[in-house]
Amino acid sequence: MEVSEITYLQAIHDAIDEELARDDKVFVFGEDIRQWGAPLGEMKGLFKKYGPNRVLDTPISETAMIGAAIGSAATGLRPVVQIMFAEFLSVCWSDIFNAMCKPRYMSGGKIMFPVTILSYCGAGISAAGEHSGCLDGMEMSIPGLKIVAPSTPYDAKGLIKSAIREDNPVQVFYHKKLILGGLKGEVPEKEYTIPLGKADVKRRGSDVTVVATMLMAHRALAAAEKLKARGIDIEVIDPRSLAPLDKETIFKSLEKTGKLVIMVEEPKAGSSASEIAAVVAEEAFDLLKAPIKRVCAPDTAIPFTPALEKVWMPDEDNLIKAVTEIM
Amino acid sequence: MKIEKEKLLWMYRTMVQIRVFEERIGSEFAAGKIPGFVHLSSGQEANAVGVCANLRIDDYITSNHRGHGHLIAKGLPLDTMTAEIFGKKTGVNKGKAGSQHLTDMAVGCLGAEGIQGTPVPVAVGAALSAKLRGSDQVAVAFIGDGTLNTGRFHEGLNLAAAWKLPFICYCENNTWAESTNIYDVTALTDISQRAMGYGIPGVAVDGNDVFAVYEAVHEAVARAKKGEGPTFIEGRTCRRHGHFEGDGHLYRSQEDKDECLKKDPIPRFRKKLIEMGTMTEAEADQIEREVKEEMEKAVKFAEESPFPEPEEVYTDEFA
Ligand SMILES: Cc1ncc(C[n+]2csc(CCOP(=O)(O)OP(=O)(O)O)c2C)c(N)n1
Ligand SMILES: [Mg+2]
Repeated sequence: MEVSEITYLQAIHDAIDEELARDDKVFVFGEDIRQWGAPLGEMKGLFKKYGPNRVLDTPISETAMIGAAIGSAATGLRPVVQIMFAEFLSVCWSDIFNAMCKPRYMSGGKIMFPVTILSYCGAGISAAGEHSGCLDGMEMSIPGLKIVAPSTPYDAKGLIKSAIREDNPVQVFYHKKLILGGLKGEVPEKEYTIPLGKADVKRRGSDVTVVATMLMAHRALAAAEKLKARGIDIEVIDPRSLAPLDKETIFKSLEKTGKLVIMVEEPKAGSSASEIAAVVAEEAFDLLKAPIKRVCAPDTAIPFTPALEKVWMPDEDNLIKAVTEIM
Repeated sequence: MKIEKEKLLWMYRTMVQIRVFEERIGSEFAAGKIPGFVHLSSGQEANAVGVCANLRIDDYITSNHRGHGHLIAKGLPLDTMTAEIFGKKTGVNKGKAGSQHLTDMAVGCLGAEGIQGTPVPVAVGAALSAKLRGSDQVAVAFIGDGTLNTGRFHEGLNLAAAWKLPFICYCENNTWAESTNIYDVTALTDISQRAMGYGIPGVAVDGNDVFAVYEAVHEAVARAKKGEGPTFIEGRTCRRHGHFEGDGHLYRSQEDKDECLKKDPIPRFRKKLIEMGTMTEAEADQIEREVKEEMEKAVKFAEESPFPEPEEVYTDEFA
């Protein structure tokens, strides 16, 4: 298979570009797309290529943007709306929670909203308390919303393409640090998609199952090497989609290891780790040989200074400690 | 309008402080000494100063991402502000806020908000509190033109108008919201007309003329204190820098950028004060020297300050 090495940013760009080209019902809108190609540049060149009817700049009006996505989706289009930093989703929370995610069910299946929301998440660049968060757990509590959170260029491209083709609302999170860090990876030259709701085993191992998303998946892989030196072999699973969650892949791993650590970049209370832990405790308790561990951030806002932000973010050492505690 | 000499000199010094502060922060950022992002307000000084020259230290402001000037004009010292932006323990917010969230109730600043729109209703709340407590304080929300299109602007203004609160919404219209020109995403060109929709006065002023800003705000404060309710003021100004440091603002025409440099409010004010006999050339130079020295000390203070200890992550979450 022909492959090429591209960045995480390029993968996001290519997914949107290819879907715009493939289906003229797809259109994208958001703040600062025309000139900047969105603030981190993942839509660079798209305005020029597709013009003002497919790529639109909006005012700073997140509630109107989500409303417009819903209305246009209900009437035959496939809007892709960029809500910049994840925290800004809370500005239009009602429109997502109520107006976008409930009517499919409430109408008894009489309406559908194929909307894709794109947002930057994650800390590590000193963007301070309102531009650094991951809202995965909060969004997992919204029935009717699918959520993807890719950690590699391959996953980003394949999942975003599927998100845009999906007939239901999908939230796509992409991590700022993976974009700005210039993360690279191989993707096939040929078109591909990755189904929503399928986890990926990023590293095979036999002692402990570590479930980790986005930047944390990379930290888990780095910790795996250090743990190997101590004779501990961890399996790293990246769920890639948080909703629907691929429980089977996690359970299958636990059949082998019997031990689970979940590492995510959110305050612990109500995090995606909490939901995953609850699912495992409820449905696969018999597979467990040790208590489930959650490696999360403290239940505080995110501090600005790198001296504290570094402590706030879960790191390899935190994971190694959690893993060794249950060995 | 007569403004006493002492106040005029304070206004001049404060405008110079803001410019010197912003330009130095810009060069420290370029030198890699400041983490994260900074948004500078160079060129917009007449707005922050013309507004705050009408306020007491116990009056309230809310600010936005481009807030350094508002806070300096409200009385925050340069040293603890610089330390905050450097992420140091001695910063006004212990390094937890950074450039974008500077907050200090000691000078009546409820906070610089990074979520656009929020400064409006939060300042409305402070104005409500002043009214309910029977105090004569006023509250000002500093926002940019981009913020006019958030839902919170609308809700906040209507609430303040309906309750006749001692509130002023001051919009610095620099015509840009990041890379987006406000007139590309807003059909109304005379922004001050927005006020009509709320049944309150709307005033447009030259935001590069500190006298014009001062006078408009003076009237708004008087109106607020008489219990007549809020005022919306549009200060027409311009942004000398990119949206944030590192943004080359290539989306702007050279003409737009050159025009902005020509409209510099500081030499204009300096010239006027010298003409008026408020200060001499030598006194103006002396003020500039003193401010530069003050900033030099502030940077030294920030540089020599330690970073916070790791345990600080867990403090301050609750009162
Ligand atoms: C709710 C929300 N949406 C988007 C942003 C991203 N953002 C930060 S500053 C900015 C532009 C603000 O423009 P304006 O209000 O005119 O202020 P200026 O930068 O010109 O001072 C935008 C869109 C944000 N901070 N909050
Ligand atoms: Mg602006």
